[in-house]
Amino acid sequence: MSAVAEHTIEHVHRDDIGSRLGMWLFLFTELVLFGGMFLVYAVYRFMYQHEFHVAAKELSASVGALNTIILLTSSLTIVLAIVAIRKNNKFLAVFFELMTMLLAFGFLVNKFFEWKIKIHHGIFPGSEILLAKGNGEVIFFGLYYVMTGLHALHVVIGMLLIEVMAGFTIKGRINSTNYVRLEAAGLYWHLVDIIWIFLFPLFYLIT
Amino acid sequence: MHNNGQSVNYLNYKGKHSGIFAWILSTDHKRIGLLYLMATLLFFAVGVTFGFLMRLELIAPGRTIMDAQTYNSLFTLHGIIMIFLFVIPGLPAVFGNFFLPILIGAKDVAFPRVNLLSWWLYIIGASLAVISVFLPGGPADTGWTFYIPYSIRSTTNVMPALIAAFILGFSSILTGLNFIVTIHRMRAPGMSFFKMPLFIWSLYATAWVQILATPIIGITLLLVTIERMFGVGLFDPALGGDPVLYQHLFWIYSHPAVYIMILPAMGVITEIIPVFSHRTIFGYKFIAFSSCAIALFGSMVWAHHMFTVGMSETAQIIFSLLTFLVAIPSAIKVFNWTATLYKGSISTDPPLLYALAFIFLFSIGGFTGLIQGALSVNMHIHDTSFIVAHFHYVMFGGTGFGVFAALHYWFPKMFGKMYNMKTAKVGFWFLFVGFNILFFPMFVMGWLGMPRRYYDYLPEFHIYHLISTIGSWILITGLIIMFTNFIKALRSKTTYTAINPWGGETLEWTIPNKPPLENFEVIPTVSAAPYEYKDNEELLSGIEITETKEDN
Repeated sequence: MSAVAEHTIEHVHRDDIGSRLGMWLFLFTELVLFGGMFLVYAVYRFMYQHEFHVAAKELSASVGALNTIILLTSSLTIVLAIVAIRKNNKFLAVFFELMTMLLAFGFLVNKFFEWKIKIHHGIFPGSEILLAKGNGEVIFFGLYYVMTGLHALHVVIGMLLIEVMAGFTIKGRINSTNYVRLEAAGLYWHLVDIIWIFLFPLFYLIT
Repeated sequence: MHNNGQSVNYLNYKGKHSGIFAWILSTDHKRIGLLYLMATLLFFAVGVTFGFLMRLELIAPGRTIMDAQTYNSLFTLHGIIMIFLFVIPGLPAVFGNFFLPILIGAKDVAFPRVNLLSWWLYIIGASLAVISVFLPGGPADTGWTFYIPYSIRSTTNVMPALIAAFILGFSSILTGLNFIVTIHRMRAPGMSFFKMPLFIWSLYATAWVQILATPIIGITLLLVTIERMFGVGLFDPALGGDPVLYQHLFWIYSHPAVYIMILPAMGVITEIIPVFSHRTIFGYKFIAFSSCAIALFGSMVWAHHMFTVGMSETAQIIFSLLTFLVAIPSAIKVFNWTATLYKGSISTDPPLLYALAFIFLFSIGGFTGLIQGALSVNMHIHDTSFIVAHFHYVMFGGTGFGVFAALHYWFPKMFGKMYNMKTAKVGFWFLFVGFNILFFPMFVMGWLGMPRRYYDYLPEFHIYHLISTIGSWILITGLIIMFTNFIKALRSKTTYTAINPWGGETLEWTIPNKPPLENFEVIPTVSAAPYEYKDNEELLSGIEITETKEDN
């Protein structure tokens, strides 16, 4: 047969440990990526201590806390989805995957209104109101938009990823004997969660 | 089915796609390696042309062939192309992709589709860089370092260049990730970590640097992009940002990146030297660990690029000290290579010539690096052409010659053809002599105060620039001889069938030239350490070895 499948290996070769290792390595790169921004935050917090203190008061801790609760719950639901698929309960697995997506969406809605109100008050990069406030506050809100924005982008990517996983679960490509993809998506989702766990105190709680 | 797959070599087998798609959609690591080879050599040619034009401009003081703005764009593009499109992917993505699975006795890398994705990201990034040249606004003129504040003020197409570098970073990360998982999970039975060929060790260390350092440049370039678009103030001094912070973040990646470039080249040299001196490598574990040590120490020395920005003296002293420490593992390698050659039965074939040139040029580059690492001297030669000479000795004399060595070494295996030895040697000497004439005068004029990146210069530097430009012509002659030799070999009708022309001991020399799709008919079981010349006589049939007597 001349039609040797483009990659027989792909079909024969299955290595769950390898896949998990690959995912962990990818998460390292994500951590370093955000690490770079935390470094920038640390430097400017040190440089502009007072202005960071003042600027942080503008953010609502309760809105941040609500989002923290939402994200933590979504981390639980994705774990429950994995447990369900291990026990071969397809319906419950799909249910929890959809729950996770729903919570992620709730997080984004909350974030959207938070940003919208800020922008409405004239606090956004380049606005005259913000520029009048002094360098430290400009940088605080610059960091706020960049860091929470990039985090929100990760939430969106995570949502799409979990949507694909839900599709796989329905089709049976993710099942009780082969669920490494869902695990990988779960790991990614926990990363999104843990980054928020650091963003929340740095922007909302330390005033 | 299994046998059918084996009989067809990787260049000819039919997959589910045909025509060009059989290549650009292939997940076979060998095809991807070849795709990378073509792309990197293409960009190398472009980079060389830009370098040649710059040298031509500098042949005499004042305007010669271009204006200053064009010159600024040229050195920027020369840097971006050479660093991101040739030197970084040149060895890991080309020869790593092609030979890593073969050297560890695997059928492919761990994630073949991710591998293809990383090639596509490379092509997208590269295309963006090319497009940025032709968009209105003109090519970027910031230098490949994108230093703030000029990179947020310049009206040229800095944005596409930044995004291109960001995407290329992703490509590099995915390659590194793939290699680490492959090395951990796919070694043939019996191949413990300490039985791996040393090229694999160097790729392993490189891969860690790739995945841990590259995200930093990714986020940094992204922040510059955001800074340009929205003016968030993170780096812009007018809004309270700190340009020096940008430099730190840039070099946190870009110094380790230097080791992404040089480590695989060291690995290639380590493969070549025992084969052509027919001796077991001296100090296997030292070479393996020195690769890791270079990766580790190399990640902690970035600020030696910034001794003149006004850091605290304590920081300067610490970074200077660490810089000296990096020299130790590199020196261990050089020592071990020479010790391997000692009393060996040496055949001076082209790959070895390139390897020896590597040792010579890299040593010069390394030692001049130490000179710069010393604080007081650094103040004197900072931003002079001394630096330019130094990093060309390391990057071109080191990595560049490493690529050429790898090409000459693995060419028969990859293509099933053999180039003309004599022409290869002639090409080598042109390259070697031309290289030194081109770059050595830069040490001298840099020491005398010739700044780098300058379009014009004082008459007293004329003689050095003149010599240097003449050197560039000799070097390019050498390149033309080398590549014509390769192309002639590729177009010749005679197939080269000897599967082990050099008497190599590693696994790639046990499989046919132009390896079949899945590399090995049966996954080999490895019992001996690599380079064990005495235990593996049957592999060496046809090659004469002189027994060397070991004195105890």
